[in-house]
Formats: sequence, structure tokens, C-alpha cells
Amino acid sequence: MNKRVNRHIGLFLLLKSVRMATLLVAICFISFLLIKNSPIDPIQAYIGADMLKVGPEQREKIAEHWGLDQPIIVQFVSWGSALLTGDLGTSMIYRRPVAEIIHERFLHSFVLMITAWVLSGIIGFAMGVISAMKKDTWVDKFIKWYCYTLASTPTFWLGLLMLIVFAVWLGWFPVGLGVPAGVLAENVTIADRIHHLILPAMTLSVIGVANVALHTRQKLLDVLASEYVLFARARGEHGFGLFWRHGLRNVAMPAITLQFAAFSELFGGAVLAEQVFSYPGLGQATVEAGLRGDVPLLLGLVICSALFVFVGNVIADLIYYVLDPRIRERRMI
Amino acid sequence: MSILEVEDLSISFKQYTGGLKQKHHHVITDLTVTLEAGEILAVVGASGSGKSLLAHAILGILPSNAGMSGTIKYAGDELTAARQRAVRGKEIVLVPQSVNYLDPLMRVGAQVRTSVKQGDAIRAQRKVFQRYHLKSDVENMYPFQLSGGMARRTLLSTAMVSEANVIIADEPTPGMDPAVIVEALHHFRELADNGCAVMLITHDIESALKIADKIAVFYAGTTVEVAPVDDFFGNGEALRHPYSKALWRALPQNDFIPIRGSQPDPSALPSGCLFAPRCEKATLECGQARPEMRNLRNGMVRCIHAT
Repeated sequence: MNKRVNRHIGLFLLLKSVRMATLLVAICFISFLLIKNSPIDPIQAYIGADMLKVGPEQREKIAEHWGLDQPIIVQFVSWGSALLTGDLGTSMIYRRPVAEIIHERFLHSFVLMITAWVLSGIIGFAMGVISAMKKDTWVDKFIKWYCYTLASTPTFWLGLLMLIVFAVWLGWFPVGLGVPAGVLAENVTIADRIHHLILPAMTLSVIGVANVALHTRQKLLDVLASEYVLFARARGEHGFGLFWRHGLRNVAMPAITLQFAAFSELFGGAVLAEQVFSYPGLGQATVEAGLRGDVPLLLGLVICSALFVFVGNVIADLIYYVLDPRIRERRMI
Repeated sequence: MSILEVEDLSISFKQYTGGLKQKHHHVITDLTVTLEAGEILAVVGASGSGKSLLAHAILGILPSNAGMSGTIKYAGDELTAARQRAVRGKEIVLVPQSVNYLDPLMRVGAQVRTSVKQGDAIRAQRKVFQRYHLKSDVENMYPFQLSGGMARRTLLSTAMVSEANVIIADEPTPGMDPAVIVEALHHFRELADNGCAVMLITHDIESALKIADKIAVFYAGTTVEVAPVDDFFGNGEALRHPYSKALWRALPQNDFIPIRGSQPDPSALPSGCLFAPRCEKATLECGQARPEMRNLRNGMVRCIHAT
């Protein structure tokens, strides 16, 4: 039995990798086309303010050197094959390899996103459960009120509010950046980093909680209205025991899937929060790359975020597969 | 003393139909029925006659938007909400109607063992599974892996292991193969002979006749007749209520004559006898007031013309 499950998980992962490869090729191609057809002129973006000093012949030479005079498909293939060898190109803003920048930024963002993700997942789930179990009491009304308010709050606005209250008025946290300004990199402590992380992470969690709580609440209400819960009550089960035996297992799975599927939202939220807090993560790099026409960096980020979201979905599928007996023991994928 | 007495039970649902207009659905009206220890009472009637709701009302698991009046007494004392919470699952158990009543994510063996309130749960569960011809690997299955018949047997097992005083079985037999039905019915009889009271809600009058002591006939949310099982014979001449007679004659093995018309809409019940619009014997008087339940020839009937 176990062997069979392992083999099936192997097959599952293989299928998923094939799907991921095709997805990546499609994404690369589409984003490449989009960028090609956008008003961004790579030469101008590369040269920047010195544009006036560069004559048309020189520009043509650069275009020729980069292969910009070739047909689009040739350009794509040459970019794609470089990509396959792991060469994402050189960022025009930072004048460093894209892979290096993404790696460094990703670590920052990852810590921020995971913190927010874990916090909003756990707190949101707990709030949703409490709200559903205490339906129509003041606790439920309060949680619902909180969630509806927060769900309609823009991330950047809440971020600004947090900054005003906690950084400016109270002075508890720094106003921005990922590390203290004017301190040598080797002197930055973990405590410093955490200190800088708290406000952006809180902003993202406070917002994220609303969605998770409302979803959990609705799902648990559905479960509580089901016939098997009715039968459990008919057999004398009630309160927390009932939730533990029947509610939790039936509500946990959709919650987990939702949580991993929310990777994409997390990414979107991080872009805004990082911008507000000048937090040096992927989100901020994306905004920079977009605004200043840094094509290699932008494409690298697109691929990186696609991978990130895809991995989130695969994990959700895998967890479903491992936890849900209806999938595990019947279809075997 | 009766172990369970239901007196003048009425259940209605409020429904808002556009704006603030309310519609009341009277799904159970003035229902009276009693259950004795050591006895099997079969409750028969068409779908939508309120049979399942009666079961849910006794256990106190009606939906929160249901309004209820009348009294239910258990062992002589009124069955209040608090008492319902205390006795359900222990002294009064339910055999529910469909596989949806099993937790989809819990192994069925574990679900049956929950019902065992004392003694060795695993042994009790294995014993009852064996009795219902459920193989030993069934206890590790999830509800989606069971066939309809296996699910029924599992549901039945939850009640059979509970050692309760009252078993309310809501359509326990459809989908099971005939041998298992016989086994299940025997099991009910055996439990009743040991002092348990069984309410068997069913469509299957024929099976009910084999094991029940009394039969209560439901129509439009009320009991029109409670008759000893021996009265169901021939053309139904020993039966009291016109509906019971018509129902009996409508069976394929009897005359197979359908009753014309259909049950009244629960939101627009007739003001008099609920069966009057379809009754051949109906007179002007029948449409004026609801007839009371009265004792007649060792049974009960709700009809002014019955003799």
C-alpha cells in the first residue's frame, strides 16, 4: 500500500514537472512578447541619461551587438537558451547578474511573506472557527465586522497608517528599509532584521487574516449544517468535542488548499507593502524594474514569481492528496 | 407506562416570500403517538408526511428556524432541551436515513465505536459488523468506499451497539439486500423483546407488518390512525381511517388502486380534517373542524366517521 502511494506521488510529481515546464515556456514567451511590444526601448534603458551623447550609428551598433535587429523568434530563442544555462542576464539598474539580485531579494521577501503567511493562516483560521462556532453572538459579529472592514482596506493605505502610528507617533519601529541605515552589513544583527520586519509583516497579516477567517467561517458553517454533524449531535456530541472530531478534519483541508493557493495574493500584497516600507524585497525590485525598464530583471522576476505560485499550488495538491482519503484511496490521482 | 409519548406535536417553518411576507409551513400538525417498551411501532406514510421530522423533534435536532409546540415525554417526564441533550446517543438513538449522515473523513469503524457507551467498543463494533455480514476490512473504510447497502448496515450498527432504551430508525432498509433486511428486522425484534422500544419509520409496509406490533399511519404531518398489526389484512376492513384503508388497497399486492389527489401543501392546509379533500366519505362536518384523536377498537383514529 505504502509503496503504491509512493509510486503514485512520484508519478504525480513527474506530471506536475511536465506541466510546470510547459507553463514556464508559455509564460516566458508571452512576457517576452509583451515586453518586446511595450514602449520600453532597451537601449535607452541601458544608456539612461547619457542618451544625448550617443549617436544613431552607435545605437545601431549596440542593437546589432545585442541581436535586436534579428527576428523576434531568434531573439527569444537566444534569450531562452541563455535562460536554460541559468544565465538570466544582467540587471540594467543594478549592473549585477539578475540571478544574484533575485536570490538576495528573495531571501528578504521570503522571510516577510512566510511570517505574514503563517500568522494570517493561524490567526485567521482560529478566528473563523470561533466565529462559526459562536454564530450570531457578539464574538461572531465583532469578527465579521473586523473582517469586512479589513478585507476592503487597501494594503498600501494600511501600511501608511501603521507607519504613522507605530513608526512616527510611537517611534517603536523604524520607518522603512530592511536593515538600519548607516550600519555596516557585517554589523547588522538578527534582532535588527526582525525589528525591521515587524511592521510590514503585521500589515500583510492583518489584511490576510480577513480572507482566511471569512472563508473558514463559511466553510465551517456549511460543515455544521451537514447531516453528519446533525447525526453526531443526535449521538450526544457537542461543543468543542464535536468540532474536534468532525469540524476540524472537514474544514482543515479546504483551509490548507486556500492557504497555499493564496501564495499569489501574498506576492501581490508584498509588492505594495514593500513599496510603502521601502523594504528591499522582490516586490520592490519588481516595481523598480517595471518603472525603469529593466527588461532582464523584470523577466527574471516574472519567472521567479510564476515558479513561486506554482510551487504553492503543487504543495496544496500534495497535501490534499496525502490528507484526503477520498483522493488517496480511490483515484490515486 | 409508555416510554415515549408525543402529544399534540406541531412543527412549522417560517419562510419569507418576497419582502416581509411570511409563509408558514405546517409540516407536522397535532401529532399524537406513543411508544411502549418492548414494542415495535412502525410509522408509515407517504414521503413528505413529516416522518423524519418527528424523529428529529424527539431528539431535539430540528433546524433552528423550526417552531415547535406540544409535548414529548420520555419515561414519564417531559423531554426538555436539556434532557434531550443528556439522553440522546445514550438512551434514545437514531438510525438516520442516508450515507450523508456519516462523517466523510472518518473511518466507519471508528464512527460505530463512538456509539458504544460502555464496555469494549472494538469488540462490540466487530460483533455487530459480523452480524450484518460486513467484512473485517470494512471498519477501516471511509463512507465513500461503501455501497449503499453497506452504508445502511453501518448506520444500523451505530444504533445496535448503543444499548439504548429507544431506537428511532428512519428508513433503515432501502438499498439493502433481502437477506440483510431480514437480519436487520430480526435484530430489531430481538432488541424489542429485550425491553427496547423501537420506532421504525418506513415506506415498506410489508416488512413492517412482519415484525411490528403496531402501525401508525401518517398523513400530511399527523397520525390518522394507530392500529395493531393484525388489523392489516384482506381489503383493510378492520382498519379505521379512510386513508389507511386507501393506502392498504393501493399496495401492489392488494388491489393496486391509487388514491386520487395528493397531500395538501404544508403552507395551505385545509381548515378541517386534513384528508377531507380526498376522502370519499367526507361530509360538510369534516371540513369544519379538525377531528380529535380517539380510541377505537384497541387502536386510535382521527376521523369522525370511523367505526
